[in-house]
Amino acid sequence: MLTNTLLLALREIRRNVLRSFLTILGIVIGVAAVIVMVTIGGGATAQVTEQIASLGSNLLMIRVGQHMGPGQTTSAPPFGLADAQAILREIPAISAVAPSSSQRLTAVYGNANWTTTANGVDNKFFTVRNWAVPSGRQFLETELRAGKAVCVIGSTVVKELFGNQNPLDKSIRLGNFSCQIIGVLEAKGQSTFGSDQDDLVLVPLRTFQRRVAGNQDISLIQVSVAEGRSTDKAKNDIEELLRIRRHVIGAENDNFQVRDMKEITKMLTGTTQILTTLLGAVAAVSLLVGGIGIMNIMLVSVTERTREIGIRLAIGALEREVLLQFLVEAVVLSSFGGLIGILLALTGSIGLASLLKIPFIFNPGIMVIAFLFSAAVGIIFGFFPARKAARLDPIDALRHE
Amino acid sequence: MTAQLETERRPLVELQGVTKVYGMGTAAMQALRGVDLRIDEGEFVAVMGPSGSGKSTCMNILGCLDTPTQGKYLFKDVEVGSLTRNQRALLRRHHLGFVFQGFNLLKRTSAVENVELPLIYRGIKAEERRSRAARALAAVGLAGWEHHTPGELSGGQQQRVAIARAIVTEPAVLLADEPTGNLDTARSIEIMELLTAFNRDQGITIIMVTHEQEMAQFARRVVQFRDGLVSVDQANGEGR
Repeated sequence: MLTNTLLLALREIRRNVLRSFLTILGIVIGVAAVIVMVTIGGGATAQVTEQIASLGSNLLMIRVGQHMGPGQTTSAPPFGLADAQAILREIPAISAVAPSSSQRLTAVYGNANWTTTANGVDNKFFTVRNWAVPSGRQFLETELRAGKAVCVIGSTVVKELFGNQNPLDKSIRLGNFSCQIIGVLEAKGQSTFGSDQDDLVLVPLRTFQRRVAGNQDISLIQVSVAEGRSTDKAKNDIEELLRIRRHVIGAENDNFQVRDMKEITKMLTGTTQILTTLLGAVAAVSLLVGGIGIMNIMLVSVTERTREIGIRLAIGALEREVLLQFLVEAVVLSSFGGLIGILLALTGSIGLASLLKIPFIFNPGIMVIAFLFSAAVGIIFGFFPARKAARLDPIDALRHE
Repeated sequence: MTAQLETERRPLVELQGVTKVYGMGTAAMQALRGVDLRIDEGEFVAVMGPSGSGKSTCMNILGCLDTPTQGKYLFKDVEVGSLTRNQRALLRRHHLGFVFQGFNLLKRTSAVENVELPLIYRGIKAEERRSRAARALAAVGLAGWEHHTPGELSGGQQQRVAIARAIVTEPAVLLADEPTGNLDTARSIEIMELLTAFNRDQGITIIMVTHEQEMAQFARRVVQFRDGLVSVDQANGEGR
C-alpha cells in the first residue's frame, strides 16, 4: 500500500512539474541557505582557530598600557629590556622571551617604496612566533650585539618592493638608514583580525633602538610558555612580577596587560559562532515560508482533486488512506526540495568558500538535519490539507465540479 | 410481489421505515418519509421518479455513502446505520460497485489503472491486479484499449471502463446512478445490455436509477419514488 501511495505521489508530482518545482522552491532556498550559512560559518571558525594555532597556543603577549575597550589603551611607562630578562629569570614556566619594539616607516628600494612596520627583535622572535625563515637566515649573534644594519623581511614587502626578483643580499632604505636583506619570512597570510601578517620588516633590536626609535623602550614582550606548563599560572606569575617591577600598588589597575591566545581564540570563535547561528536562524525562516508554500499548493491540489477523492472514498478508501496519500505527496515534495537544496548548498558553499578564501568543511550532520527538517515541514504543513481531503463527504465530493 | 414468487432468494438489502432529513429546524427538508424496500440477491431493479422524489437520497443510503435519520438499513443482515464511517468504507470496498452518470474516472489515468483502483484498496498484488483489470476490460468489450486515458475514449467507452471498475471486485451489488444519462440511445442500449449480461451471468444484483422508460425496460423490477416514498413497486412484464 505504501509503495503504491509513493508511486502515486511521484506520478502526481510529475504531472505538474513546473508547479511542483515552484512549490518546493521555498524549501530549496531555505535548506540551501541554512546549510551554506552553517558550512561557511564552520569554515570561518576553523580558519580562526587554525590561524591562532599557527601563532602558537602557548604564546602570551605582554603590552604596555591598560585595557580600556576594543583596541584602546592608556599610556603608561614602557618596558625595558630588564623586564624581559626578569620574566625569563624569575618565572620557570617561561621557555622563551622575545622583547620587541615597532614603528611604522617607509621602506625604499630603487623606485619602489612601501610603508610597513619595522620591528626591533632578537632571534627569540622566530621561536615564540613559530615563524620560519625558509630563504636566507636569522640574525647572527654578532649582528644582534653590534646593532648591524641587516633585516629579515615579510613576503608582502618582498612583493611590493622586489616583485619577482630575489631580495636576498639587496639593500633597502628604512627611514634614514640602509640595511641589507639577509632573510625572507615564511608567508602567513591574513591574520584573524584582518591585518596582513606578512607586512613587516625585522631588524636587530639594538639597531632599531639606535637608528629608528632613539630610545631603549620595549613596547611588546612575547613569551612562550614551556610545554606542559599552565598558561594561566604563567600569566598570573608574570602579572605579579610586573606589578612589583612597575610599582603597581594594591587595588590600582595594572598599567600593562598580558593576553592569552586562548582567550582571543575563545572570543573570536564565539563571535563567528553567534553570527553563524543568527544567519542560520534567518535562513530557517525561509524554510518556514517554504512550508507555507507547500500547504498552499496542497490545499489547491485537494480542491482540484475533490472529485478524485470522492471516487476513492466511494469505492472504499478509508479516511486514513486518503490522508496518507496527500501526506506522502507533501512529504515527497518537501523532501525533493531538501535534496535539491542540499545539492545547491554543496556547490554554493564550495564556491563561496573559495571566493572568501576560507576552508570548505563538509558537514554531513547539517545535511541530515536539513533533510529531516524539510521532510518534517512536509508532514507539518501537509497534514492540514491532507486531513481536509480525508474528511470530505464522498457524496459532495462526487458532485463537485 | 416478487418476493412471493421467488421465496428461495435471500434478502440482500432491506430498508425499514427509513427517513432522511436534511438541515435543521424550519429549514429542515424531508427527503425520505419512511421507505420500506427489500431487494434480494440477483435482482435487477430500476429506480425511477421525478427529481426531488428522494430516489438519489435512497441510492446514497443503499450505497452506504449516507445513513438514515430514522429507520433501519440492513445490508446482508448488518445494520448499516450503526456502522462508523470507516466500517461503511470497508463495506463499500468489499461488497459494492458504483457506476455514475458522469463516469467519474480518474483523469489522465489509463483505463487499466482506473479499473485497478478498487483492487489496490483491497490490497491485491500488482500482477494479479493487472490481469484482473485486463479481464474486466475485456468483459466490457474494451480489450486493446487498456492504455487509453479517459480523454482518449468516447462517452460510451468511458462508461464501460467505469462498469469494468465496478465489477472487477465481483461485488454483491452494483449501484448505477443514471448510467446512460450522458449517452445517446444506441450507446445507452449497449450499456444496458452489458449490465443485463452481468446480472444474468454473474448474478450481480443491480440497482439502477434512470429517467428513461426505455432503459427501465431492461430491469426485472421497477420501483417508483414520489415525495420521499415508494409509490409503485412492480415486476417488469417485459424484463429480460
